[in-house]
Amino acid sequence: MEFQIGTEPMAGSEAAILVPADEGRDHLVVIGNGMAGCRAVEELLARDAGRYRVTIFGAEPHVNYNRIMLSPVLAGEKTFDEIIINDRAWYADNRIDLIVADPVVAIDRSAKTVTSQSGRTVAYDKLLIATGSDPFIIPVPGKDLPGVISFRDMKDVDAMLDAANRGGDAVVIGGGLLGLEAAHGLTLRGMKVTVLHIMPTLMERQLDEAAGWLLKSALEARGQTILTGADTAEIFGEGKVEGVRLKDGTLIPASLVVMAVGIRPCVALARAAGLEIGRGIKVDDHMVTSDPDVLAVGECVEHDGNVYGLVAPLWDMCRSLADGLTDRHTGYKGSVTSTKLKVAGLDVFSAGDFSGGEGCEDIVLRDASRGVYKRVVVKEDRVIGAVLYGDTADGGWYFDLLKRGEDVADIRDLLIFGQAFASGGGALDPKEAVAALSDDAEICGCNGVSKGQVVACINAGACSLDAVRAGCKASASCGSCTGLVETILALTLGEDVQSGPKTMCKCTSFGHDDVRREIVAQAMTSIPEVMQKLHWSTPDGCSSCRPALNYYLLCALPGAYVDDQQSRFVNERMHANIQKDGTYSVVPRMWGGLTNPRELRAIADVVEKFNAPMVKVTGGQRLDIFGIKKEDLPAVWADLNAAGMVSGHAYGKSLRTVKTCVGSEWCRFGTQDSTGLGVKAERMTWGSWMPHKFKIAVSGCPRNCAEATIKDFGIVCVDSGYELHVGGNGGIHVRVTDLLCKVATEQEALDHIAAFTQLYREEARYLERTAPWIERVGVDYVKARIVEDEAGREALRARFLFSQQFMQDDPWAERAAGQHAELHQHIAQVRPLETV
Amino acid sequence: MMTGDWLDIGSVDQITPGNARTLPVLGGEEIAIFRTTSGDFHALVNRCPHKHGPLSQGIVHGGVVTCPLHNWNISLKTGEALGEDKGCVPVIPLKVDAGRIFLLRDAVIGKRAA
Repeated sequence: MEFQIGTEPMAGSEAAILVPADEGRDHLVVIGNGMAGCRAVEELLARDAGRYRVTIFGAEPHVNYNRIMLSPVLAGEKTFDEIIINDRAWYADNRIDLIVADPVVAIDRSAKTVTSQSGRTVAYDKLLIATGSDPFIIPVPGKDLPGVISFRDMKDVDAMLDAANRGGDAVVIGGGLLGLEAAHGLTLRGMKVTVLHIMPTLMERQLDEAAGWLLKSALEARGQTILTGADTAEIFGEGKVEGVRLKDGTLIPASLVVMAVGIRPCVALARAAGLEIGRGIKVDDHMVTSDPDVLAVGECVEHDGNVYGLVAPLWDMCRSLADGLTDRHTGYKGSVTSTKLKVAGLDVFSAGDFSGGEGCEDIVLRDASRGVYKRVVVKEDRVIGAVLYGDTADGGWYFDLLKRGEDVADIRDLLIFGQAFASGGGALDPKEAVAALSDDAEICGCNGVSKGQVVACINAGACSLDAVRAGCKASASCGSCTGLVETILALTLGEDVQSGPKTMCKCTSFGHDDVRREIVAQAMTSIPEVMQKLHWSTPDGCSSCRPALNYYLLCALPGAYVDDQQSRFVNERMHANIQKDGTYSVVPRMWGGLTNPRELRAIADVVEKFNAPMVKVTGGQRLDIFGIKKEDLPAVWADLNAAGMVSGHAYGKSLRTVKTCVGSEWCRFGTQDSTGLGVKAERMTWGSWMPHKFKIAVSGCPRNCAEATIKDFGIVCVDSGYELHVGGNGGIHVRVTDLLCKVATEQEALDHIAAFTQLYREEARYLERTAPWIERVGVDYVKARIVEDEAGREALRARFLFSQQFMQDDPWAERAAGQHAELHQHIAQVRPLETV
Repeated sequence: MMTGDWLDIGSVDQITPGNARTLPVLGGEEIAIFRTTSGDFHALVNRCPHKHGPLSQGIVHGGVVTCPLHNWNISLKTGEALGEDKGCVPVIPLKVDAGRIFLLRDAVIGKRAA
């Protein structure tokens, strides 16, 4: 615990307010003149004003003020005088001795005295510790430089205001509530503010990923720079702060650094006094510590395993404490907390458990145009958690339902629309509600379609959601009225409704094509943004939609999109193929199926060095090394890299292999250099992510030894040139390729590969191989795009090559150099001592 | 609620949200420690009840991990298979305190083969 404010006991206008002692009553000494300490005294006075003589020690040179309101003071919305809770008259009126700017530095429990920094020793009958919490200072070099401050008290606010008056850049470390409030205040005061947050989303303790993303977007729109996943390496400067350096090397200049990464219960004094300490000072239901004459309250205590950092539990604690001190034994039972906040003028609310899981149902409402996100978590017909962003009007109602554990089965369908809607008509059947709508009622706000128009469209023959979307545009844009349209379909047609196109997964009512179209049309750039704008019904998707969205964004934004590793299937995350025993197989790339002694020696050495139990030649003309442990993968890759080999992508929805026969260089039947063309094709296409795996083969003559006619793209060389085949598959449903066209030169063959690959990348659905894709769209369509439209082909080819310049970095080399080491290393190991 | 000693196995920063790390136990079963995108921590035996796939390598979404071998969805809270699938993997009691991750010692050591 730091005491920086201690001065002479009587110094300063507010330094001490002394009233005559009253020896006849028990003496209650309170350590801490903050919100908890004073509230406890207020509660006590309300119950029995004459019972105790009270002395309060404060570390700060102020009367009791509302710490929560420091943010508005920083932002210039309030003055310090306006946030004072109890002025000097209150202390005087209630005959309370107030000793400020003189923190208590020791407690002697056997003598029942406390001693302050100035040397004042005061005896107590009952002692109340309300020391609150200390800001947590991350232990980085430069943390003690002048200009590095926390955001905890009025002194910090004054320091920030001083800095803001000088202008310049500020860095706030910590994207929690306190950090964001500091950033907001400093921005309003004219500083250029960068917020560094180590986690991927802001306020992750209070908000889920979707709401955190919305908050980040809104704050960025207000001019702040928000860096998530930003790990501070050091604060640098000569004699004062000059900037912050991140672990990734980024330098951010700053004349002020506000450290707001969290708080810790302030327990040093209590610990030194020998009281029982857990995460905080341990107290019972009446806030009594392990010493019956010592009590503690507020953020410094641990009750029933919980430590609280919010104000509401503090009020509950103070009531129980005062009851206990006045022989009313009610007892504190812990608090269920909610957070309803305005961060930079943006409303956020969270309460209860929103982590989801077994038996939990998420009800999600996203209104993209209003910037609203609501999520209510229901378990066994009871609300157990809620996250609201943008519209928090119903926060109190959800919190009330949560605290009372009320059965919400009857209002389940309307719950998410809020109290007015859910309670308005009693237990309203949503179907009846739609039936009761007038024909003029607007169904689709995006396209201005009324219920009457939707019904007319259905009566004119539209019997599926898709047909309604095509016919009258209802639900064809944002999709939020999809449920309404489906209800109208059911009401109008009864049993005759045709199910619409398959949706991507249970998280959305949109199909793959709709999602892709909207990603491009609305220029979306991240998975949370897609989920918000397209009204995902789950907070962070599922194992089906996340990999698909990641691919669609990657394809739409070459070079700009940051791949989301958490949305990759294990093989693509680990850059190897997982096997049934949890080990991996490793396939180095052998261009066109060619290899050489150096590569073969390196592979043989890896097999021996890592005790790989099996090596196998694959169907794609590669060598597959089996049984590699995840922790050995980076070392295996380093050895293979050293011999010039890169990832073979045998694990990816990506270009796998280009298989070749020996061709005209050796074969007596060969008509063209099939191996040479295969190597060129592989050099051009390797590393490209695709909707599904993609295989190429080049055969040197129509005998087709490379089996080119069951590949995604197959080239069969003939005397006069190259036959190009597409859409073959050798899997469960064997499909022979369709002939795309014949070309005369190698370069034309390569250009067609590039164009076809890009068309497949842009238009096939995720996990759709070329064979079913061509069956779906028709080979004539593919010919029209690739063969007949020369300009279109060239544009596709150019887009493919542009995208490839960002794709052809060997992922193995990056991992071998230490990137994402945490994916390969155990967090720790347990080696229990033998006890027998 | 179980009581007993807790093993400090590392800092919360060692697992990024949406990811998992592994904890081998000498003579026992490996444990997977998960961190959800909403910031909650869970620990399970790293072994799918279906075909023993390493759950630590699955995609984490909501409070669920999808096994990398055959896409079984396992609840991180209860260890139970969700949907049509039936099976359960042991949950290791976990708590987070002052930025550290703790596992219940008896549950960890008890996983050792007899």
